[in-house]
Amino acid sequence: MHESSGKNFPQPTVETARFWEGCLEHKLLIQKCSDCHHCQFYPRLMCTKCSSRKVEWMKASGRGKVMSFTIVHRAISKAYLSDVPYVVAIIELEEGPTMMSNIVQCEPKAVEIGMEVEVVFENWSDTITMPKFSPFYKEK
Amino acid sequence: MQSLRGKVAIVGAADTEVGIVPHLSATQLCIDAALRALADAGISKEKVDGLITCNSMAEPMLYHAEAIAEYLQIFPKYCMSVGTGGGTTFSVLHHAASAILTGVCDTVLITMADSLYSGLTKEQAMAAQVSTGHKQFELPYGPTIPAYYALIAKAHMEKYGTTPEQLAAISVAARKHANLHPHAQMRELITVDDVLTSRMIADPLHLLDCSLISDGGSAVILTSAERAVEYPNHPVYLLGVGEGHGHEHISQARSLTTSAAVESGKRAYEMAGIGPDEIDFAQLYDCFTPTVIIELEDLGFCEKGEGGAFVESGAIELRGSLPVNTHGGLLSHCHPGNPGSMFALTETVTQLRHQAGGRQVQTAKVALVHGQGGIMSSHTTLILGREVD
Repeated sequence: MHESSGKNFPQPTVETARFWEGCLEHKLLIQKCSDCHHCQFYPRLMCTKCSSRKVEWMKASGRGKVMSFTIVHRAISKAYLSDVPYVVAIIELEEGPTMMSNIVQCEPKAVEIGMEVEVVFENWSDTITMPKFSPFYKEK
Repeated sequence: MQSLRGKVAIVGAADTEVGIVPHLSATQLCIDAALRALADAGISKEKVDGLITCNSMAEPMLYHAEAIAEYLQIFPKYCMSVGTGGGTTFSVLHHAASAILTGVCDTVLITMADSLYSGLTKEQAMAAQVSTGHKQFELPYGPTIPAYYALIAKAHMEKYGTTPEQLAAISVAARKHANLHPHAQMRELITVDDVLTSRMIADPLHLLDCSLISDGGSAVILTSAERAVEYPNHPVYLLGVGEGHGHEHISQARSLTTSAAVESGKRAYEMAGIGPDEIDFAQLYDCFTPTVIIELEDLGFCEKGEGGAFVESGAIELRGSLPVNTHGGLLSHCHPGNPGSMFALTETVTQLRHQAGGRQVQTAKVALVHGQGGIMSSHTTLILGREVD
């Protein structure tokens, strides 16, 4: 298990529990509107495009590209010190929505805007698995 | 809609001592700013019938404005504490002006302060500020406040070829201005090289691309233009104000390189009936260097993508075509968190009264002041003038 003690653990809510359950199963779940087919992240009660309440969960391909990134040299807290330097990125998923994550399993200096990435999962506890991203070309 | 143009004026403005001020608490700084602004306006506290404050991170209170009113022993008709962040610090002028115009109250005191340096440990200050991030979908990844802005900087560099040297030029200009301000926290001149060789915090932002952590407070007093002429100082009129709100969390931004400053600026220019070419100087929210570049572009001072070249040309320096952050900004004057942009407002009042001494923008008549809060989330643009016409 990844060293995660003291990190900023997400606390799932009624609205997001299904997303975090998906992560435990190594599935990246996003929402799709049954009326207008818009895909969105983070999870919400409504479609952000047409306001329909008919939003359904779907498994995303897990692929996307780096919209922007930074290499953090000054950790946010002691729990993140051993990760320094770490990459915080905004990723545009293949289905359209954007999300923040870390780029892992590669040298921070190798990260570029536009780089293709795919989701990988990092176990933080029995109930929390974090979706992160690694370069798409990487051999698993 | 009735226009606010020229209907209200700032008649009092003052800063506390800023920088490292351990002998005053956040609440005391807030009161100190208020008392100084009252003295500047030449009125007693009993004249204040509207009060606006923002909360403090060092001494948070559930009902901050009520507590400050109680401390001062005033009993206003209009009293609120705003959420805040850099943009809302100025959006309250919007609300205060409306309240004055509709007769809700006559004289509004806006006083804000915090004690980020002395009242909190560095870790506490970082944790308090970064909590703006999404608790489930951002904070677990360990972003810092500089990291959020670094994401914006990196995207701008990629799209428009903006360079680290251009970002550094903003810090250099801010320091030159702070050098001329007797009370600025950091006054020692720096070079582009100093910025580029300072510690990397969140690539591409170095330590000297980041604003300060400070103690300090600032206050202004607003009244109707009719009453303003009875005050001892030259009134500074509100000519235009506009807001724009784009997102809260940076991972959900519509664009990383164009902000809602486009909308807030357009609304403020429309109300004022002027354009960017008629602005004598500007105070732009500079929590980190890339925000200044994006604001210069989005507020129409240069073409989109040309902000880097604009600052590199020296345009934003005191003798340039558009002096920016004449007090040294958040980068060099001080940055006590939420109240930080208030100092841009008091500096603008000082400039428009022609009382800025060695850093005076000659014949300054019209200024633009821009604040943003969150992570380039909420934007407010103010246009202030020495005269109404």
